Amino acid sequence: MIWQALTLQLGYNATLVAIGATMLGIAAGVTGSFLFLRKRALVSDAVSHATLPGIGLAFIVMVALGGEGRFLPGLMLGAAVSSGLGLLVIGWMIRRTRLTEDAAIGAVLSVFFGAGIVILTVIQSMQAGRQAGLESVLLGSTAGMLRADALVIAAGGALVLLLVMLLRRPMLAVGFDPDFAAVTGTNVARIDLAMMGLVMAVTVLGITTVGLVLIVALLIIPAVTARLWTDNALRMVGLAGLAGGLAAFVGAAVSATAPALPTGPIIVLASFVLFVLSIALAPARGGVALLLRQMRFRRRVHRRQGLLALAAGQPIHEPFTLTLLAREGMARADGVPTEAGRIAAAKALLDEARWAALRGDPAQGLTASRYDGLTPIETVLTPDQIAELDRHLPRPQAVI
Amino acid sequence: MGAEFVALSLTPLLIGVLAAVTCALPGNFLLLRRQALIGDAISHVVLPGIVVAFLLTGRVAALPMMLGAAGAALVSVVLIEAVRRTARIEAGAAMGVIFTTLFAAGVLLLEQSDTSGVHLDVEHALYGNLESLIWLDATGWASLLDPVALSGLPPELPRMAVALLIVALSIAVMWRPLAIATFDEGFAATLGLPVRAIGLALVMLAALAAVAAFDAVGSIIVIAMFICPPAAARMMTDRLLAQAAWSVGFAILSAVLGYVLAGYGPLWLGFANSVSAAGMIATVSGLILGVTMMIGPCRRRAGGATVH
Repeated sequence: MIWQALTLQLGYNATLVAIGATMLGIAAGVTGSFLFLRKRALVSDAVSHATLPGIGLAFIVMVALGGEGRFLPGLMLGAAVSSGLGLLVIGWMIRRTRLTEDAAIGAVLSVFFGAGIVILTVIQSMQAGRQAGLESVLLGSTAGMLRADALVIAAGGALVLLLVMLLRRPMLAVGFDPDFAAVTGTNVARIDLAMMGLVMAVTVLGITTVGLVLIVALLIIPAVTARLWTDNALRMVGLAGLAGGLAAFVGAAVSATAPALPTGPIIVLASFVLFVLSIALAPARGGVALLLRQMRFRRRVHRRQGLLALAAGQPIHEPFTLTLLAREGMARADGVPTEAGRIAAAKALLDEARWAALRGDPAQGLTASRYDGLTPIETVLTPDQIAELDRHLPRPQAVI
Repeated sequence: MGAEFVALSLTPLLIGVLAAVTCALPGNFLLLRRQALIGDAISHVVLPGIVVAFLLTGRVAALPMMLGAAGAALVSVVLIEAVRRTARIEAGAAMGVIFTTLFAAGVLLLEQSDTSGVHLDVEHALYGNLESLIWLDATGWASLLDPVALSGLPPELPRMAVALLIVALSIAVMWRPLAIATFDEGFAATLGLPVRAIGLALVMLAALAAVAAFDAVGSIIVIAMFICPPAAARMMTDRLLAQAAWSVGFAILSAVLGYVLAGYGPLWLGFANSVSAAGMIATVSGLILGVTMMIGPCRRRAGGATVH
């Protein structure tokens, strides 16, 4: 069943829903990475919670006008209006009062959501039965999604992607260094507004699929996941889109196999799985890479200290050092150096002596600061510099 | 306004007030330390903790659920820190990753396990069941002195009172070091204060408040009360003690006004049903914050400077 869902064999409607969700996931991942670079990831939490009163009011208005209360574009319009209002309030609070951004976010989030809950209970008492399932905007459900809704979501996601493509350069500039961007003629306030508009669009598109409580995850987690893999901003944006799209597709497909499974949580957990895999496996920042680097560093320290001990004729008590030297053919198991070991030890001692001379010379302060007890001096100085250094060294002495 | 009020409204009202004050007190420090969103994160992760406790014990009992929720709060704090360090990302994003994931896991567990027989669902988690915490044994004000009737009090009331007592006492005991560490962590460290332990203690107090209040009133009040009353109080004064006092006042006002408006407001307007008390309390606290942001004597930054 799950395999069929993942290969789009659950019928036309389920396929359409999966495509819509995937477009949404890509749009969310891409938009979220700009938000993450701007260090305003949690603003999206306020944006998404602030949609609730708008959704409720839009429902009431549409029913009062004699229409279908669950008409998705109408609900989206209401959601956009109230979350836009929430954004304006946050901006006003930060500019006009002494409150900081986190307090403004939390206040708007909780108050708008509380007001939304009040409106939901009003709807429940007013229109018993007809509102059936407006709560699904909280956690998302693709079970009863209409064909037209899926198309709206897919088209909206594509539009968001297009706008992001157009705005990527100024948004990156503002994300990395707002002051520099302002100096070079970018209107920072307007770009921030556009970015928030895109976040709002993603949120509004996501209310039926992921639900407004969890849409923030689809904006944050793929971006953080992508950040682990690369230091190149545009590549990160692309990877975030990939991660978001993949998670949303898996979530929509899995939840299509069982109507009781809410879509939002599955999408969030799928993207978290991608995040955990990345944090383990990513090349530069991942846990495995970190462990390997740590082990390599440890071996280098032990090797160097072991060689210096051999050079000084001191016994080696550390078992790991002994094993390491023995494995490389530098010493016997009892710690007596081999010919290769004596050569390497002499080289290490010479290296130390040259470093000591270098560090004794105040004119070489910057180069000398590279000293960490491990770096061969040849990687820092040119041969003629080393020759110059050697003229100040004491006479060569016999080693062991 | 006699027997009916005591039986149906007194206990929810009291529980609402206690929950509001319990959250507002640590909220003052969270706000000043720019950790206001920790309350948001904690109140989300409480859900999986409670669900896991329920699945392990098989019943809706207070103690295992409190333990489960506290454990989940602790786990989330550790996870947020771990993600922040290994991935080297800002705290906000790390928080966003962890609390949404834990909340999603909680929702999924809840939907997949058989909780149909007990009162445990996502809506309850979000906006609580304040209205249902009634005192059926009460027959009037005299019941307050009647031990038989008192034993029928909803257990949330004494539990919330104990939580408030613990939170208030801890803050009173830690007041000076907490205040110093809040305003100037570096100075506090040079005085030899254990700043990390103080920070952790504050988060644990917030978690205790969130867990206790969550059980009675749902997470939406918890988040609102952590932030709105202290933020409104900050518009009124520059002194910490005064701010704490104002925040308690605002919290009580929000709870009472919100509960009354939710219960009786619709009736005054001619509707038959009341609306969500939790949602209304949060809304009222926001309105109070709005008013203080307009006219509060200390609403601006010191020196009149505006940022950016």
